[in-house]
Amino acid sequence: MKHQLTLAIGPAIFRIGSAWRAPIDALRRLYASYPRPEEGAIADFTVRLEPAGRGRRWWRPSVRIAGDHMLPEAAPMALRHGLLAAEMGMNLQMALGWRRHLLIHASSVEKDGRALVMAGESGSGKSTLAALLGQRGWRLMGDEFALLDFVTGAIHPFPRLISLKNQAIGVMRAEVGDGGRFGPLMAGTPKGDIAHLVPSPDAVAKMKEAAPPALLLFPRFGLPAEMRPIGEGETFMHLTQASTNYVACGERAFHALHDFVTRVPTVAMDFSSGEEAEAMIADLWREQAR
Amino acid sequence: MTGEARQYFRGAPDELLVRPLEGLTLIYHRPSGVTHIVDSPVPEILSQLDAEPCPASTLLARLARQYELEDGEGALDPLVAHLETLCEVGLARAVEPEAKG
Repeated sequence: MKHQLTLAIGPAIFRIGSAWRAPIDALRRLYASYPRPEEGAIADFTVRLEPAGRGRRWWRPSVRIAGDHMLPEAAPMALRHGLLAAEMGMNLQMALGWRRHLLIHASSVEKDGRALVMAGESGSGKSTLAALLGQRGWRLMGDEFALLDFVTGAIHPFPRLISLKNQAIGVMRAEVGDGGRFGPLMAGTPKGDIAHLVPSPDAVAKMKEAAPPALLLFPRFGLPAEMRPIGEGETFMHLTQASTNYVACGERAFHALHDFVTRVPTVAMDFSSGEEAEAMIADLWREQAR
Repeated sequence: MTGEARQYFRGAPDELLVRPLEGLTLIYHRPSGVTHIVDSPVPEILSQLDAEPCPASTLLARLARQYELEDGEGALDPLVAHLETLCEVGLARAVEPEAKG
């Protein structure tokens, strides 16, 4: 394609092509601090941003996300949301095509060499919490996917750009002094207002350093503070639902997830603010993390 | 043909991977790749199935001996219902008596 970029994020290499220059320029700026893929490295996935139809490159330009793995019914997006389209394309490739780890739809952060994994529905606050903790003494490992190692049981980082939605954008603007770490505000996308945040230099520098999981949280934002332990059966069920490749990875996924669930303490945590959550997590980490 | 007349048996010994999970049991069914989370008495029933087909009443007698069940008779219909469900999902197999051997 006319405009191209190859990116290494954690263990994955993406080749991104675009019919337009702007999305590639935006990616190039935001991923500037990431290590470049080794010379001659073969991309795991290809993402293409194509015109959604004849003439749609110029006239009301509209982006279709294409690649090795595609959703046939994905709606085209406006070119001004091209950066989001590229990020969604990369997520889609991971979700549908990654087989080297058990992929859990969860955020993760690391402290003292151990990982805190946060799973939950969209809007649960797991991504914002990871971004916040990533500014407050934890290493951000990823805001979208936690990669569980089939052999060692460790969590591998996948620190792509942090996708901030709606109120989380203001929260993180107040938290991060450096405006250069933010991507453009994309208003009115199918997911609401979106802005991307470049993870801290530490998160990028250590993007190949895995950590054993010590605690699994199911956060829920917008409720009075409360915590309750979750049983192994319920956790196992939630995590199979939160994994996009559990079935495809077969028996090794079964073993890895069983080990994870029986080793890692699991807590559901309701919270109403970032400060409250940070204090609750500090207590949990001290008392429960293994 | 009633369920009670059917004879039940298990698949190959390595067909199921069984792991305990805090009071529940996880079962990975290798031929289908499906994971089941089951509660008692399913693991107990599966543990009594043999490679050789046998009627539910024989299984019930084995279970009664193993787990000291009191109301043996009343448990037969629920046991047959469990066995039929297990056959539907592939965790157990059944043959009609005349088809045997």
